[in-house]
Amino acid sequence: MASVAANPRYEGKHHLAHHFDTRRQQFDSHKLAMWLFLVTEVLMFGGLFCAYTIYRASHPEIFLFAHTLLDKNLGAVNTIVLLFSSFTMAWAVRAAMLGERRRLSALLAITLLCGFGFLGIKAVEYNHKWQHGFLWGQHFAYAELQDYLAGHGTDAATGPAPDPAADAHAAAVMAELDLAAAVTVAHGHDPALIPRNVHIFFGIYFVMTGLHGIHVLAGMIVIGWLLRRSLRGDFGTRNYTAVDLGGLYWHLVDLIWIFLFPLLYLIH
Amino acid sequence: MPESDRSHRPLPANRAVFGTTDTDSVHDEPGGGDLHPHPVPLWMLGGVFATLVVLTVLTVAATYVDLGRLNVWVALAIAAVKGTLVAEIFMHLHWDRPFHRIALLAAVAFVALFIGIAMLDRVTYLPDLIPGHAPGVQQ
Amino acid sequence: MNTGAATIADRSNGAAGRPHGENYLNCASGWRSWLFTLDHKRIGVMYLAAILFSFFLGGIFALLVRTELISPGHTIMDADSYNRAFTLHGAIMTFLFIIPGIPAALGNFVLPLLLGAKDVALPRLNLASFHIYAIGAVMAVAAILLGGVDTGWTFYTPYSTTTSGQVVMVTLAVFVLGFSSIFTGINFIVTIHKMRPAGMGWFRMPLMLWALYATAIIQVLATPVLAITVLLLVAERVLGIGVFDPALGGDPVLFQHFFWFYSHPAVYIMILPAMGVISELISTHSRKTIFGYRAIAYSSIAIAVFSFLVWGHHMFVSGQSPLATVIFSALTFSVSIPSAVKVFNWLATMYKGAIKLETPMVYALSFIFLFGIGGLTGLFLATLATDVHLHDSYFVVAHFHYTMMGGVVIAFLAGIFHWWPKMFGRLFSQKWGNIGAVLVFAGFNLTFFSQFVMGSKGMPRRYYSYPPEFEIYHQLSTYGSYLLAVGLFVAAGVLLHSLLAGRRAPANPWGSATLEWQAASPPSHHNFDGPVILTDPYDYSGLVWDAEEQGFVRTAHEEVVR
Repeated sequence: MASVAANPRYEGKHHLAHHFDTRRQQFDSHKLAMWLFLVTEVLMFGGLFCAYTIYRASHPEIFLFAHTLLDKNLGAVNTIVLLFSSFTMAWAVRAAMLGERRRLSALLAITLLCGFGFLGIKAVEYNHKWQHGFLWGQHFAYAELQDYLAGHGTDAATGPAPDPAADAHAAAVMAELDLAAAVTVAHGHDPALIPRNVHIFFGIYFVMTGLHGIHVLAGMIVIGWLLRRSLRGDFGTRNYTAVDLGGLYWHLVDLIWIFLFPLLYLIH
Repeated sequence: MPESDRSHRPLPANRAVFGTTDTDSVHDEPGGGDLHPHPVPLWMLGGVFATLVVLTVLTVAATYVDLGRLNVWVALAIAAVKGTLVAEIFMHLHWDRPFHRIALLAAVAFVALFIGIAMLDRVTYLPDLIPGHAPGVQQ
Repeated sequence: MNTGAATIADRSNGAAGRPHGENYLNCASGWRSWLFTLDHKRIGVMYLAAILFSFFLGGIFALLVRTELISPGHTIMDADSYNRAFTLHGAIMTFLFIIPGIPAALGNFVLPLLLGAKDVALPRLNLASFHIYAIGAVMAVAAILLGGVDTGWTFYTPYSTTTSGQVVMVTLAVFVLGFSSIFTGINFIVTIHKMRPAGMGWFRMPLMLWALYATAIIQVLATPVLAITVLLLVAERVLGIGVFDPALGGDPVLFQHFFWFYSHPAVYIMILPAMGVISELISTHSRKTIFGYRAIAYSSIAIAVFSFLVWGHHMFVSGQSPLATVIFSALTFSVSIPSAVKVFNWLATMYKGAIKLETPMVYALSFIFLFGIGGLTGLFLATLATDVHLHDSYFVVAHFHYTMMGGVVIAFLAGIFHWWPKMFGRLFSQKWGNIGAVLVFAGFNLTFFSQFVMGSKGMPRRYYSYPPEFEIYHQLSTYGSYLLAVGLFVAAGVLLHSLLAGRRAPANPWGSATLEWQAASPPSHHNFDGPVILTDPYDYSGLVWDAEEQGFVRTAHEEVVR
């Protein structure tokens, strides 16, 4: 095995299924199937983006207010973690194509660790929401929200201090919606001026990030399986299909997060 | 004249054609049906990652600038650039069969269609179409 | 052309290169060899059995509903049971029978054969699709046994989030079945892209492949939206997330947008493969080249695209905005264009053809008649002013039964009878097959034409009871449904009889020119025993009746001509 591992052009274990004529045809078929599967994923998340758009367009004040309860910094860090994992995954595909067995295993392991890191940070965020009762729909604790806001004042630990410009913008939005009572203070630090139906934001937030989290988990299972096969020596210059396709899935999960992050955390 | 359209190319007579692909014209050449991997250069992968990080910082920074209604579009534009980089380079679309890109763009287009028509309904909704006969918004 | 003649001679004995009589049905035995097979033919046959069972189950509920409605008020069940019965009839027929019906059962069997290929591109995904279907079906049946649902198959909120019953179980079953449908769709697109034989360009494909391709596009693009819809509905019920529930500030009309973004294209998932079957059958049984090949091929794709632009016509009276309503109405009319293109081309194909009233053709002719009525009454419903009157009346019920049952189910039966000799290697009784087809046709029209009448007179759908002036129409409809059931049992009897006592089928009993008829009946495990000769799928000039073979054989001479 050692001599095989030292070979920089390790071919991997490969075979051609009986109903295909060529390796190329086999690879192309599998790759097209993966892309079509990614299409279904895009449309599935598309439904959630539709719900998001409808509610944000109808009730911008909910989104403006509620996003301040999210931690922008943790969101940004998580974005970087996921982007880095995409980088290592893309590199892993390169390593597989070049038959670099050890590098492939190492890169897959790093990608997997990044997945754990992402879910870990997500768990910290969820835990914070859970503690304060910032939950979806009927489970949202409005009483605790008032306590929370009273306790934090303008120093809300979960978000940056509101700048006057943002307040003015929010006020303008609310004025436009004829919510006269809410005009004076946009970020709702006066407990009396919390917009109606804040729980809708958290309903959408938890469904979107939750479904995304499930996809991260699924991607990690795939990468774990790839890592096991990589350690076994399955992959090389003539067999990198599984790494390539697993990579495509992982990148798509990253791609969706690239849109979720500004839409949920960076509302202005 | 569909008939003549269809017969502009002569049918291969008596050809044994088990599963050989039309899309893959190289299958007759020795080794032509083999894989030809295209590893993306490492500098390019690294460069894309660096750009993605810069764009992430930029999109966070952009929220501190008040652009009014434009803010959300700036954020989406930056996300679109990031997404394109991931798709084209990390996901190999740049070197891949064009159909894969068409599939991804079609998916995005159908999501846009879905959101677009749902939004159209939302913004043109008339809650008081027949005055006094529609459910008013309860305050 | 000597080689060609030799090849044909080799193939016409049907069993070259394998032990005599061995085929995909008997090449392996034991339940494992079926349940874990990767052979598309066996998967197709398993799908067929499962789907016919679902059809039977859905049919039982249909007969219960019709029997209850034979008189006003309580006949055989109370109102709650009635609500459950029509919900289960709709949900089972839609998700377990019609959607997978033609693509997964007939499509799985014939698609690789039409391509001259050994299998679909992704046999494991194919098997997974069937296993997932089985899991979804078990979940749906479990939900029935645990009490069922009374929401109607559309699961509209807020009723579906507040009613008691197994809404979560049924919607999760729909979610699972969606995966099965997506996997079939992905598989078909990949197979048609990558497994076409050299020389079979896109415009040399049989039209069934165009239809399955267009269907697969819809399956891949629309089904995921159903998945997220039912997931959100489950989240709404279990967690109370507030997206669709007006009590929490949610928007129930948004649910309808979500639901119909999938479910309108879904009716084209049902009808497109049916149109593909009819295109093959009309040409074969008229022994005449299909008229307007390209128009039919393009219209399949056009229908697939248009299907995504018309979902709001289900929401004309739901509080949708007037502008959206007008746009959806206009777009709905436009769908009739590609559908009509197909119908006219089928009629033109038959013109001066040598039409033989073989059982598949009898069904195909009823399809054209019934689908014509179903399609034309759709225009009444697309018209805004008439729809306000007809909406949620029996007119709508009759309209979609004419397209779904009169269209899809009749085409499904036509396809079964057409490919039955290929699937099981047995011929059936044409006489009794035709008697069954006529009974189905008569029973169907009696059942649903009376519904057009009572719908236009104002009988609302889904009602448990009704004023006495509607009784005659309900009685006609119910008697019609019994006749329809008798017709279907006759059809089933004909097919079962053929399995037990039917004559052996030749390789090509109908004289069809598509590639699957070059395989033996039934095909061997690897589909084709000798080389496949690629021919024009609608050129019948080289096919002649062979009395010894009792089927059609290809003469070598046409190879020279073409």
